[in-house]
Amino acid sequence: MKKVYKLIDLDCANCARKMEEAIKKLDGVSSATVSFMTQKLTIDLDESRIDEIMSQAAAVCKRIEPDCRIDMR
Amino acid sequence: MTRKQKKTLARIIVSFIILAGEMIFFAVSDIDLGIWELICYLVPYLIIGYDILKKFFLGIIHLNLLDENFLMTIATIGAFATGEYSEGAAVMLFYQIGELFQSCAVNKSRKSIASLMDIRPDYANIEVENGELVRVSPDEVSCGDIIAVKPGEKIPLDGTIISGQTTLDTSALTGESLPRDADEGSEVMSGCINLTGVIRVRVTKEFENSTVSKILELVESSQEKKAKSENFITSFARIYTPAVVIGAILLAVIPPIASGGGWSEWIHRAMTFLVISCPCALVISIPLTFFSGIGGASKQGILIKGGNFIEALANTSIAVFDKTGTLTKGCFEVSEVLPNDCTSEELLNYAALAEIYSVHPIAAAMRKACGTLPDPDLVEKVTEIAGHGVKAQLKSGETIIAGSAKLMSDEGVSLSDVSYTGTIIHVSLSGKYMGYIVIADTIKSTSEAAVRQLKAEGIRKTVMLTGDSEGTAAMCAEQLKIDEYHSGLLPKDKVELIEQLMNQKQGRETLIFAGDGINDAPVLTRSDVGIAMGAIGSDAAIEAADVVLMDDDPVKIAQAVRISRKVISIVKQNIVFALGVKLIVLVLGALGIANMWAAVFADVGVSVIAILNATRGAVCRQAE
Repeated sequence: MKKVYKLIDLDCANCARKMEEAIKKLDGVSSATVSFMTQKLTIDLDESRIDEIMSQAAAVCKRIEPDCRIDMR
Repeated sequence: MTRKQKKTLARIIVSFIILAGEMIFFAVSDIDLGIWELICYLVPYLIIGYDILKKFFLGIIHLNLLDENFLMTIATIGAFATGEYSEGAAVMLFYQIGELFQSCAVNKSRKSIASLMDIRPDYANIEVENGELVRVSPDEVSCGDIIAVKPGEKIPLDGTIISGQTTLDTSALTGESLPRDADEGSEVMSGCINLTGVIRVRVTKEFENSTVSKILELVESSQEKKAKSENFITSFARIYTPAVVIGAILLAVIPPIASGGGWSEWIHRAMTFLVISCPCALVISIPLTFFSGIGGASKQGILIKGGNFIEALANTSIAVFDKTGTLTKGCFEVSEVLPNDCTSEELLNYAALAEIYSVHPIAAAMRKACGTLPDPDLVEKVTEIAGHGVKAQLKSGETIIAGSAKLMSDEGVSLSDVSYTGTIIHVSLSGKYMGYIVIADTIKSTSEAAVRQLKAEGIRKTVMLTGDSEGTAAMCAEQLKIDEYHSGLLPKDKVELIEQLMNQKQGRETLIFAGDGINDAPVLTRSDVGIAMGAIGSDAAIEAADVVLMDDDPVKIAQAVRISRKVISIVKQNIVFALGVKLIVLVLGALGIANMWAAVFADVGVSVIAILNATRGAVCRQAE
């Protein structure tokens, strides 16, 4: 299932690229795009494990760019 | 400026004043303060760099050893370690100034692109039971609800006008600056601005499915389809940082070992490398260029579904058009009236009388051409001969036959020669030949300009495909100066022809196909870039096409190619510029000519310039 999340305080384009690569590699994620311009994460994931996957994704973002967080609404 | 940016600015000013003061003091005084000099320079360094240092430690914990903050810290600490205190602090300061500029430039372009797509309505005035208006969010309105739109307001949802008349500004959707009239019964699209009168609209689509939502979704999801050059930058960025860092390590270690000394000098040169180790300029500016191109095009009513299609459009060498509805208006009009033995008016009158009850589009065209409609009561009985015409028995006892040449000869009427192409309707009155009427689909006023502009852009070949007869197709192709045409085609023939034309491409050339999007879905899918015209109403067309034109103006095809070429040339400029400057500074740095100051420019300065260049993609020339 495809979901779109807003990324808050995404200020570094190279970090956006690294996040995209790392999130793509998470288990249960079939595709992911991090757009630096629209500050959005578009992710195609296994719906039954959404909470688990998204908390992993949030951890990935935190590790790469400490200022940036995913708006989970 | 955001709060974060203002805070950074304040830190920049404070540390700049302290640092400048210290540098002047140490330059004019001869006092040797020893360790206190280091401590003096650490003050502005920490003020300006504490957040970078924080990320440096987080980087160590998370083992992000190729993080730009990590490398920047190493570089400045390296400068301090080799005794270049003022340089260490100054480089950090200038790095932060550059980052601030960069973040302002990014914010500005984010905003300017967002304003290009500022079509999202904020509210809807919904009419409740007692006729009062209540202001609600557009997504709370459901189908069948009645909303009121006042002059100056944006139409929030698609619907039909049930009362009132007005003019609409559709420029945000279609790029067309001429306002459009609308009154009771007209369909209105969300995102248009109501200019003159209050209208009441019955909502036909929920916000989620409205025109505005579709356009925004299409433009925003265009970020997912990346161009080859974007993917190139991504792969390049992956290897660039490690390569530069390895280069720095080698530079710091090998020459001193080889020459037996001079460690401090070589470590200093290596630090220059670390400052340029972030591929930011490229990683920001290339996607930004595509994004601003897509934003700028959408302002003109051209919705491009991804960066990859911009690239493909820029390489167009063969342009294929469907005829009806794309190059022509797709509605029939009387183009010639050639009476045999009566006046033009009489001939049209007879024809209209015979076709008075017919629902065929050709009949409608004839009735439209006839000034005042004849009295239907004159007709006794009408017989339709499917595919050939009609035969009308009048109360006066006369018989009018209107139809094809075959129908005429079947009825024993002798004809005159026909010197026009199009659909020919012969008319006879009680066995006597009265003349013929030519009905043709009219060519759009901008079709010729579209073909001419595409040729001017260097497109090698233009082709027209149509299901129409040879004669009509030949005339249209000649008038528009189209290189090649194929007539009498069925939908499956069109796919085959596209396959053949695709084989004529060389190298990276691409083929674009423009059609009305409703019957052409397979062809749109098969071609490199499928362009659907005036297709925002049709979900199937939006799905199948790669580029969607909001209105049906063929000039927009040429414009899409032009915008794409501009975007690609900016992308190339940015790649060459950013890589070029970095490479030069790397080489000069290794030779000890460029210092860390030049490196800071090569890092953040280049980013800012590339970002400013990228935003030019959004500014597109209007068609002549």
